[in-house]
Amino acid sequence: MRLPLLALLARGPAHGYELKQDLEQLLGSAYPQPNVGQIYVTLGRLEKTGLIEGEDVAQSSRPNKKVYHLTDAGREALRAWYEETADEPRVRDEFFMKLALAPQTGLADQIALINTQRRQYLNTMRQLSKLAAAEDRDNRISHLLIEGAMLHLQADLDWLERCQEELEELE
Amino acid sequence: MRDSTTPVLRAEGLVKTHHGEGAPAHAVRGVDLRVTPGEFVAITGPSGAGKSTLLHLLGGLQRPDAGSIWLDGECTDGYNEARWAVERRRRIGIVFQFFNLVSDLSVADNVELPALLAGVSPKKARAAREELLAELGLEGKERSMPGELSGGEQQRVALARALVNHPPLLLADEPAGSLDSKGTREVMRLLARFHQRGQTILLVTHDARLASAADRVISFFDGRIADDAELDGGAPPRRTGISGVLELKD
Repeated sequence: MRLPLLALLARGPAHGYELKQDLEQLLGSAYPQPNVGQIYVTLGRLEKTGLIEGEDVAQSSRPNKKVYHLTDAGREALRAWYEETADEPRVRDEFFMKLALAPQTGLADQIALINTQRRQYLNTMRQLSKLAAAEDRDNRISHLLIEGAMLHLQADLDWLERCQEELEELE
Repeated sequence: MRDSTTPVLRAEGLVKTHHGEGAPAHAVRGVDLRVTPGEFVAITGPSGAGKSTLLHLLGGLQRPDAGSIWLDGECTDGYNEARWAVERRRRIGIVFQFFNLVSDLSVADNVELPALLAGVSPKKARAAREELLAELGLEGKERSMPGELSGGEQQRVALARALVNHPPLLLADEPAGSLDSKGTREVMRLLARFHQRGQTILLVTHDARLASAADRVISFFDGRIADDAELDGGAPPRRTGISGVLELKD
């Protein structure tokens, strides 16, 4: 959450609740509602490390709100973020380790593991389809996020298929 | 429910072996299947698993070496080619990966033809065609020839043709197999819409996105059913589920 918040502040000063709303608007229903508490905690940390600075602004009938702006160090951190490429998704995940170790434990059948995992992926895929159908058609960013998740899941399902083909031959 | 209703489609002990060059290919190796009215079933599996052969058997496009198929409780064992052709107009609509439209007939004629062949009056065939093409967003394309349309549009025409006689069962063989991502989404949306209105659908696809539109997914491996799962689309069983999939990691 740190760098996305810095990126939102690159446009100009904002307070915590505004940042939450900006994120929601950008990512639509595809993105699980960011927790406002988490946003405040992250802003506190960013301030402590000198990447942003907060200023108290008095409000008439409510407690003061804190408006944050990016510091030079923050802008530099953001620039560095954009210069790096992001990590690849992880393939050696928990399921893979379960599958690889199953024969040694004698506790689980590999094909049964694959079938159970496939059911879960398919259910998640179905939820993503529903989410895509319900999302505002014009929110491209949100649709791209959902489509990305679906394509990753599709790759995982293809990979399960490969596992099944290989492991069934051994049986 | 499933046991108390007559299945739209039932198969028992289906076997099909292809004898070509080299070793015989055991495409379908003992398949039992029931599809009840209103169900949307997807069959997925790797290419070469035999799922297309299975669909061809179910649509009477190929004959099984062993086993039987029932349509609405009626055994098809004694059906000849001609009878299957009649059923493919009356009781079974089929869409294929490569659309299989008649290239020298207009869009309107492609859709009306199966209705006319089924003995529907030209006036009724035309009305049914107009309704379906409007429904599928193809107004204004009636006079176009298939070759003038995009892949996605051709598949929508094929869908209209398959549904023009209101068959109780729609079979779809990789209907998005030659479409791009956008065309795939469109096919998904349309199948889901017809299903919501009660259309029974059996879909064969290697595309899990398309399969997830169904409410039951059969995994097909090496000529056999490896798994048969109802998708509830309800709350994910685990901590992360859908939000975990979409989460941006810091």
